[in-house]
Amino acid sequence: MSSITLKSLRHSYSPNPQTEEDYALRKIDLTWRDRGAFALLGPSGCGKTTLLNLISGLLKPSEGQILFDEKDVTRLPPDQRNIAQVFQFPVVYDTMSVYDNLAFPLRNRKLPEDELDERVQQIAKMLSMQNQLKQRASGLTAADKQKISLGRGLVRSDVNVMMFDEPLTVIDPHLKWELRSQLMRLHQQVGFTMIYVTHDQTEALTFADEVVVMYEGQIVQIGTPEELFSKPRHTFVGHFIGSPGMNLLPCEWSEGAPVFAGHRIPLNKNLPHPASSNLQIGIRPEFIRLASEGIPAQIRRVDDVGRYRIIKAEVGGTNLNVYAGEEVDIPSDSLHLDFDPDHTHVYCNGWIHEAKGQS
Amino acid sequence: MINKTNNQKAWFMVLPVLALVAFNAIIPLMTVVNYSVQETFGDNLFFWEGVKWFEEVVRSERFHAALGRQLLFTFLILLIEVPLGVGIALAMPRQGIGVTICLVLMALPLLIPWNVVGAMWNIFALPDIGLLGKMLNGVGFDYNFTQNPFWAWATVVTMDVWHWTSLVVLLCYAGLRSIPDAYYQASKIDGATSWQVFRYIQLPKMKRVLTIALLLRLMDSFMIYTEPFVLTGGGPGNSTTFLSIDLVKVALGQFDLGPAAAMSIIYFFVVLLLCWVLYTLMMRNETN
Amino acid sequence: MKKITWLIPTIYIVFLMLPIYWLVNMSFKTTNEILGSFTLWPNNFTVENYVTIFTDPTWFMGYVNSLTYVTINTIISLLVALPAAYAFSRYRFLGDKHLFFWLLTNRMAPPAVFALPFFQLYSAIGLFDTHIAVALSHCLFNIPLAVWILEGFMSGVPKELDETAYIDGYSFPQFFFKIFIPAIAAGIGVAAFFCFMFSWVELLLAKTLTAVDAKPIAATMTRTVSTAGYELGLLSAAGTLTIVPGAFVIYFVRNYIAKGFALGRV
Repeated sequence: MSSITLKSLRHSYSPNPQTEEDYALRKIDLTWRDRGAFALLGPSGCGKTTLLNLISGLLKPSEGQILFDEKDVTRLPPDQRNIAQVFQFPVVYDTMSVYDNLAFPLRNRKLPEDELDERVQQIAKMLSMQNQLKQRASGLTAADKQKISLGRGLVRSDVNVMMFDEPLTVIDPHLKWELRSQLMRLHQQVGFTMIYVTHDQTEALTFADEVVVMYEGQIVQIGTPEELFSKPRHTFVGHFIGSPGMNLLPCEWSEGAPVFAGHRIPLNKNLPHPASSNLQIGIRPEFIRLASEGIPAQIRRVDDVGRYRIIKAEVGGTNLNVYAGEEVDIPSDSLHLDFDPDHTHVYCNGWIHEAKGQS
Repeated sequence: MINKTNNQKAWFMVLPVLALVAFNAIIPLMTVVNYSVQETFGDNLFFWEGVKWFEEVVRSERFHAALGRQLLFTFLILLIEVPLGVGIALAMPRQGIGVTICLVLMALPLLIPWNVVGAMWNIFALPDIGLLGKMLNGVGFDYNFTQNPFWAWATVVTMDVWHWTSLVVLLCYAGLRSIPDAYYQASKIDGATSWQVFRYIQLPKMKRVLTIALLLRLMDSFMIYTEPFVLTGGGPGNSTTFLSIDLVKVALGQFDLGPAAAMSIIYFFVVLLLCWVLYTLMMRNETN
Repeated sequence: MKKITWLIPTIYIVFLMLPIYWLVNMSFKTTNEILGSFTLWPNNFTVENYVTIFTDPTWFMGYVNSLTYVTINTIISLLVALPAAYAFSRYRFLGDKHLFFWLLTNRMAPPAVFALPFFQLYSAIGLFDTHIAVALSHCLFNIPLAVWILEGFMSGVPKELDETAYIDGYSFPQFFFKIFIPAIAAGIGVAAFFCFMFSWVELLLAKTLTAVDAKPIAATMTRTVSTAGYELGLLSAAGTLTIVPGAFVIYFVRNYIAKGFALGRV
């Protein structure tokens, strides 16, 4: 098993990158510890698949290093990296049986047949596919095919890192949940380091010990699901995670506090004067309360989503979302809002504005 | 797959096609059937002959010889064109300007009128003025395709390879392009050799297009007429007289309508039978 | 390894180009040079052969005739194949599978079988030696092909497209022409390419069904071979010119060639 370190990793698909925009991946520094479960989260085209392919060796980085434990693997081909990868669309060898599919990577590594048989049977049992071993792989369902792709990684005892590139995309919704819990069980049982790429926040947040959020080729935040929720380091993270995402309100700076639509918004800390006037207040709908006094707002709509309701409100031409529990009485037209100072953040040019030395 | 709805009115949409093709297929076929069971001495006098012409054709050595040559020719060109086409498709560039250049240049022979193909190869292979003929004689072969049956065959087969291999290449290339990158990536991680990539990924994924390629080449090679006719005229002797050439000789050359018609029908059924056998074999493989 | 994969297509293309080069080479030579000496390129470069073709109506009308019936055939084939392919791709009806298979068997019919009956058929209805006769006879193999290709492309278009259009209040003709046809434009291009190709290269039927007025260029050439015997320069020039429309069409569809050969089904 091994940890993964990325050092100043950059990648461009064009042979002569000129500007920052030519890079699909802009300077990534990162360490993933052994046996952890990590998620790479971001919208399509943010570079997460590129990063994954760099780690698996399917792409060679333009600059930088990749270390597995202390060993530099930057120039090693994929089959010598002790990694396995499961792709978005299930890859099986159509003409082979399930058994031969699972045995394929081992045969290529010249494992003796008896040892191989033992491994294959063991993995088939883990995947609960013992009864399908003789079947031809081409006739299987997408979910079973995806299990085989996973199995081809699991059979190899040399695999340290398992990588998943949005593996549940083509799986039926009712099977998704089942496959996901099976995967988590296997992770605990076998103990590989797991890297899971997805654009689905629920998938990432339920899965991972640590989530890496990517946006336009860079890492915008690394943290536990809790950290990403309560303290997004970038407006993108705030907006991307949560449903609905964080409210981002344009504001000005006056006498040590942000002013939004003419109202001073209290914070729980003293912040220095920001370097730019491109400022936003970030507050999640969960942390805005209805109050008898505070910021006056107009109600535009109320959506009932089950256990709570979402109020679409307007303050001075800016729309914002507010959570309201079942027990709260919502007035018919106007109301007052109260922002929780502990969860109110200020963003400067998109990045969180903090006092020096704080993190 | 699309779920189709039952709708008998759809027949109206098919009707024009049905009418046109039936006009071109059924009436002439009826004519052929009609001739095949009668004898004529001109002046539109016809006499019922039953299956006499069929018996005659089936027993005639001339037909056997033509059919034999036809089978050998088809076998040879399939043996060369299919593996060659697959090989070239595999070696073709996947992206960049090279793709367009390759595709455009390779497709070119497919759009040359068939008699021009024959004429072009005639000029190319003539021993005294052709590049190929001159070269082969220059390196010491006694090359003369108008005199020597072996060289006539070699030239006709080479011409067909020249003319039609691109069809196999283009079909296979289209098949290869439809394989998602993930397959290649997964096989790399699994440590597969390039032979294994071909055997377990590329070949199975190309099966559909290869079926089409094989069927098309089988059918078309069985119907070949113009190119060898222009190149060799079926000679020397009868050595490159394939079924179509023989048929036209009988029908339009000697105007033996009865035997020609009987031969046409047998010929048509041979093609149908071969295609059906090949198609069923391929499809059985696919459903397994 | 990289070098080898680059080498294979190159060698193949050189092999393809050699006879074409020789044809073009011959077309720029004088008859004397062709018969008198063996030269790898024209020493007495001449365009005389081309001038002859473009000034002699029996030659250049051949081109006009060929292009005329090929165009008519392509239009007819597409016009009737479009609704039929739509029916095959969307509806189930009595005998649909048999009909489809029967259509395809016509693609397997050797033209030589049909030469004589076609001659009699088209003579009987008074269409002998007309462009329309050749165009119609080529429908025998081009319509099945067009139906087959178009059906493949149409099956790739989700049925939801049709249903959404009906919900939006489109009538069938409106939907078909405004929405569906643009959606399968690539397929129509590919089908047109194949119809053009097979009609342009076919000669046996075209020659049988024409005498003077609609004689295709390819047939004009055959005559030259047999009668004038050694007018090879002229023959080569005519041959070179028959390659031009094909090259032109390929250039047009170059970006669809790979997709086209997948016949929309892969």
